[in-house]
Amino acid sequence: MIPDLGRYAFEVTLAYGVSLGLIAGVVLLSVLRARRVARDLDAAEGRRARDED
Amino acid sequence: MKFWEFANPRVFMGWTARVVPWAFALAAAVLALGLVWGFFFTPDDFRQGSTVKIIYIHVPSAFMAINAWLMMLVASLIWLVRRHHVSALAAKAAAPVGITMTLIALFTGAVWGQPMWGTWWAWDPRLTSFLILFLFYLGYVALWTAIEDPDTAADLTSVLCIVGSVFAVLSRYAVLFWNQGLHQGASLSLDAEENISDVFWLPLVVSIAGFVLLFVALVLYRTRTEIRARRLHALSLRERLA
Repeated sequence: MIPDLGRYAFEVTLAYGVSLGLIAGVVLLSVLRARRVARDLDAAEGRRARDED
Repeated sequence: MKFWEFANPRVFMGWTARVVPWAFALAAAVLALGLVWGFFFTPDDFRQGSTVKIIYIHVPSAFMAINAWLMMLVASLIWLVRRHHVSALAAKAAAPVGITMTLIALFTGAVWGQPMWGTWWAWDPRLTSFLILFLFYLGYVALWTAIEDPDTAADLTSVLCIVGSVFAVLSRYAVLFWNQGLHQGASLSLDAEENISDVFWLPLVVSIAGFVLLFVALVLYRTRTEIRARRLHALSLRERLA
């Protein structure tokens, strides 16, 4: 299944590995920040609702 | 509904909540198809050997690095002209994705260049303009972070984006402006003589489509976060003043 990359196996594998890692990194950081902001916003909206009551 | 109403924050949050999961799923499927096709099912190039497989990451990421900045330019101009908050936040949301794409293009270019050119780096017009574009991306994100008032930050980053667009365009056409340097011409061309062979071209186009879809999905998702963050910032200010 794995193609024979010959003498350039290290370069090709490195390029794919690092690139996919960077893509996974930006997706993961986006998800983590989205969750943190949503949680903080819910808390702030909750405080605001309590203050208005 | 008029076009601009889609950019109303409340309307934007509504339609993107439905679209974003599908956009991510489609992006993952198309990207996987392009990369698996390119990596596993295409032959080696007779001169470049298996390093030609790097093209399926290098070209799409370079394409997105330039076009992400151009998308940020359009969004910045909309902000400056129409004061649409979502457009400014979309530009802000796109920048880290653009940085990632530029970094991938620079890294894969270096890894590809070493065995083909005998060097990781050369001060070639395209490589140099790409490095400057990368520095503009970093400066853009730093400027957003450095200014507390969101409207002032949006104004100043929009101006920076307009200035940086020179390098985004330059990095695309550098090989045409200067007939020198190591970097080859465009891999995709309407001229059949210049275009790469179909066996490489088809998976490359699929990979590019996958990168475009991933960019769209990430920008929509991150813009939703920026809208929430702006609301959080406003509530925090109100709490501090109360």
